Amino acid sequence: MPHALNDFISVLFDGLAYAMFLFITSVGLSVTMGLMGFVNLAHGAFAMAGGFIVVSLARTYGIDFIPALVIASVTVGLISVRFEQRLYRRFYKSTDLEQVLLTIGLAFMSIAAFTYFYGPIPKSVPLPHWLQGDVNLGFRTFPTYRAFLIVLGAVLIAILWFVFEKTNIGAKIRAAVDNRRMAESVGINVDRLFTLTFAVGSGLAALGGGLAIQLLGLTPSFALLYLVLFLIVVAVGGMGSLKGTLLAALVIGIVDTGGKYLFPVAGTFFIYVITVAVLLVKPAGFFGRE
Amino acid sequence: MSDATLHQKTLTARQRASDYLARRHHFHWAEALPWLLAIAAFFVFSNRMAFGSQVLIMIMFAVSLDLILGYAGIITLGHAAFFGIGAYTVALASLRLGWSEPISGIIAGGVVAGLAGLVVGWFMLRYRGLTLLMLTIAFAAMLQESGNLRSDITGGYDGLPGLTFDPLFGHFQYDLYGHTNYWYVLAALAVVFYVVRRIVYSPFGQALTGIRENVRRMNAIGSPVHWRLVTVYAISAAIAGIAGALFTQTNAYVTLTVFDFDTSAKVMVMLILGGTGRLYGAFVGATVYMVLEDYLSKMSPTFWQFGIGLLLVVAVLFARRGLLGVVESASAFRWRTGAARRRFVWKTEYWKALAVAAFDGGLIGFLIGFAGNLGRADRMSLFVSAFPARVVAFIALGAAAGIVINAVYLLVTSRSAVERPAS
Amino acid sequence: MRIVSLLGTAALAVVLGAGAQAATVKVGVVLPFSGANADLGHQIDKAFDLYVKLHAKDIAPNKVEIIKRDEGPPTGAQAKTIATELITNDKVKILTGFVFSPSAIALAPVVTQAKVPMVIANAGTAWITNLSPYIVRLSFSMWHPAYPMGAYAYNKIGCRTVAMAYTDFPPGKDSTEAFKTGFEKAGGKIVDSIPMGSPVQVPDFTPFLQKVKDEHPDCLYAFIPSGAHAAGIMKAYGELGLRKAGIKLIGPMDLIPDNKLQDMGDAAIGTIVMGHYAVDLDNPQNKEFKAEWHKAYGPDSYPDFMSAAGWDTMHAIFDTIKKLNGNVDDGAKFVDAMKGWSTDGPRGHVMIDPATRDIVENEHALEVYRKPDGKLGERVLETIKGVKDECKVLKVGRCGS
Repeated sequence: MPHALNDFISVLFDGLAYAMFLFITSVGLSVTMGLMGFVNLAHGAFAMAGGFIVVSLARTYGIDFIPALVIASVTVGLISVRFEQRLYRRFYKSTDLEQVLLTIGLAFMSIAAFTYFYGPIPKSVPLPHWLQGDVNLGFRTFPTYRAFLIVLGAVLIAILWFVFEKTNIGAKIRAAVDNRRMAESVGINVDRLFTLTFAVGSGLAALGGGLAIQLLGLTPSFALLYLVLFLIVVAVGGMGSLKGTLLAALVIGIVDTGGKYLFPVAGTFFIYVITVAVLLVKPAGFFGRE
Repeated sequence: MSDATLHQKTLTARQRASDYLARRHHFHWAEALPWLLAIAAFFVFSNRMAFGSQVLIMIMFAVSLDLILGYAGIITLGHAAFFGIGAYTVALASLRLGWSEPISGIIAGGVVAGLAGLVVGWFMLRYRGLTLLMLTIAFAAMLQESGNLRSDITGGYDGLPGLTFDPLFGHFQYDLYGHTNYWYVLAALAVVFYVVRRIVYSPFGQALTGIRENVRRMNAIGSPVHWRLVTVYAISAAIAGIAGALFTQTNAYVTLTVFDFDTSAKVMVMLILGGTGRLYGAFVGATVYMVLEDYLSKMSPTFWQFGIGLLLVVAVLFARRGLLGVVESASAFRWRTGAARRRFVWKTEYWKALAVAAFDGGLIGFLIGFAGNLGRADRMSLFVSAFPARVVAFIALGAAAGIVINAVYLLVTSRSAVERPAS
Repeated sequence: MRIVSLLGTAALAVVLGAGAQAATVKVGVVLPFSGANADLGHQIDKAFDLYVKLHAKDIAPNKVEIIKRDEGPPTGAQAKTIATELITNDKVKILTGFVFSPSAIALAPVVTQAKVPMVIANAGTAWITNLSPYIVRLSFSMWHPAYPMGAYAYNKIGCRTVAMAYTDFPPGKDSTEAFKTGFEKAGGKIVDSIPMGSPVQVPDFTPFLQKVKDEHPDCLYAFIPSGAHAAGIMKAYGELGLRKAGIKLIGPMDLIPDNKLQDMGDAAIGTIVMGHYAVDLDNPQNKEFKAEWHKAYGPDSYPDFMSAAGWDTMHAIFDTIKKLNGNVDDGAKFVDAMKGWSTDGPRGHVMIDPATRDIVENEHALEVYRKPDGKLGERVLETIKGVKDECKVLKVGRCGS
């Protein structure tokens, strides 16, 4: 196989897998910020919580990786409902700055709390046998776990797309993102809608956290370490836009991977170059409201 | 109404307004307080001036952020870029050019950072909100990356060691205890603060506040919004640069970590904590944050972040306008007569609130107890033996804590309904 | 402030030993207890605590008082501020710890000015010891493992071509430069040198290793910080099937820290590193160290190369206090007394080179294998005795000054 083609496939495949992780973890943040204008810097903390629940379930109870992922996402989704109702709701009308202070405070607390319970050593989980090794597609092999990430991402995107575009709830969410006051005045209960999307978003973040164990490793500092990355995906995609977040995740994932593969000397430069380039041309991101 | 009386009325209104503005920038006696405290701190904690200097530097950094965030409403998470530019200007000037006179050094740091702010601001300040936030983050990150690419110049993450600076005024040596540095930084802070205060209360400062409150109206009345924003951004960048230059000089060392996102985020948190748009908020916020961080990290080097996080959450729950806002409310409260002093009246829905609080507290307690067993042991045996008692204890503890916290919250919020009307 | 005050048998000794002046020596411990690298700080701190607990009686009637402070992020500035305060406010006589090189570099002028010895338990940038006559290093320089690994990789492992991948910060650059020097001297060829992002965030390692896979060298020499990065790169290495593709993974001991080895799984088997310590090292001191460690911290907690260096660090401090009979006010005398200090510790025989104040230690080529009990272990393939910091021997760059 020609060298350039091989490079291209490598970048595309690894970038795609990375992009799926970015999408799954960031989409909740995007909707939160789009729907309520709420700056949730504790989003990474929900992801981290998901990751640690997976670790506990898999290692203490010997539950398989996949069921553990599901349990962790659901649990974090449910817990996040209480957070939203009790804490976040008081701050919807506050300024961005107060929201920043609140959520960064929560992130700090979560870091210390998880350090207390889990210690600072990075955690890992045993993967099921069928996720290890690599799959042979004839012309070359690909790591199974990454293929799994791509498939899982594709399935989730299909589900989210269906819910967003084809169902009543999806229509309401889109309406509320576009014009919240108008949506309320036609009788949509935006608060309840938001609770729901917040729970789903946090649950997905938790799923992302679980997936990240194998991808990036998991320590308590995860809560803030990758926050900028998630914010970049949200900003580049446009707040509250599903397809924007997806496109941004793809662009960031593939450009970052390509940059690392072809020009490792420039490090993480490419992520920021692409961010600046996109935002200078489209300040509201790919599909954000101007 | 005749034209003459109308003219007369306009004049008195204008007169009143300008009187008010003139009065506002007069020094209030309470403004001496932070400076007296800073001087007193020198004598009380004379062994801890290395830390004291760092606090003062962060105050200056926070003041620079207040100028754009509090007064002009420019939201940024990349202010460390200018702090870092100032820091590296002094370091490289000393190392490569042998320019180690400290005072001209910080001026150079301020000028270079200010110029950078001018250029960058001209590009970025067309944008607002999240877009601007990400652009500022990206700018700082790209500076850091470029610095790492050319680590032959910047020293990379191992930094530039062995920086030496001439004695202050050719006379005062830098002592181990940081005494010279403390006075040096305090004096620099006083000068910078005086300038900032002048700017804030000048017509230019008023125009900035106008932009913060209503951009469209300022555009409509023909105010050169963009240039005003760029100007204040450059001034703020210059001050951040001076703070960075002082940072390098007091440490005699600098690494690329000055450009960290953490630095930007931390200074912003300090400022919001103290209160934005009121200058002294930076003093209160930076001091409280750093002293508490220092104190907590001595108490528990591993878990101190929990305390800081709690402070932020509690502050935002109870002190919506920053810690300084509480002080202001309290002093306003004192001046009011009995009528404003509202009595706490028990309402029946408070029972429900307390019950919900108990439930949530219990839930949190359960999670903590549960996680404690899951995370720590990593083994089934301990889990089984200690599970029920421990989790039940945590549920009870959490519920009790929930009730207490909520009760305090109810008491405070129902009383402090006497917010001062926006003047 | 968490103060571990140690009485030991001191009280008794004071009563009995009339005239014996018992001193309480304050030791400031500066380690990262929080943040992304807290893990590293805790590995050393546990060794410190353990040594102090077991050996407090050795220095009777004198006592030590340990004052712990958080080194924070690797900015240099924070460590400098708190360490300065430890000297000016808490009046410590000895400073120790220091995981990050920037901390040690920033602090060097301060300890020179204050005449307080700084006993480094980790920070590995080679030229640090040149910065102040009050610096003594008990851990290692990046050159200690990396330089001999060059010749070993060529001669014994059979690497003819090597791709180097490293975390893009000074220790990474040091380590790869040292390896390259040794490897090229032996006759090998470096085919690529890939920086892998900052030490702060753990990156997705796959693109970097995919690049290596496509270049197909004999061996991959990797340097990453031994925290979360180590676990991450091993996963990517396993996932991409590099070993199956015939690319051997080699590196310094940071690649397989003992406390993360068990989690690394099959991917790690066959990895060969050069290092001064492994849990499985067969010497009586290590056996005792290991046993005490498990007793104190549980069977699932392992000491690693940092802990071993931490143990020896505290050992050296205690021995010197004893030698000076508690008179540690004179920092220069303390450093002089430390010069030439040697012992048989968990790492084997170590000595402080009087000329450079840096450690002289044995380096072992270690291979990861699966032990009969199912756990992963490291077996010693070869031991190179009495390795000095070659950077200072060859006077490379700043090491020459």
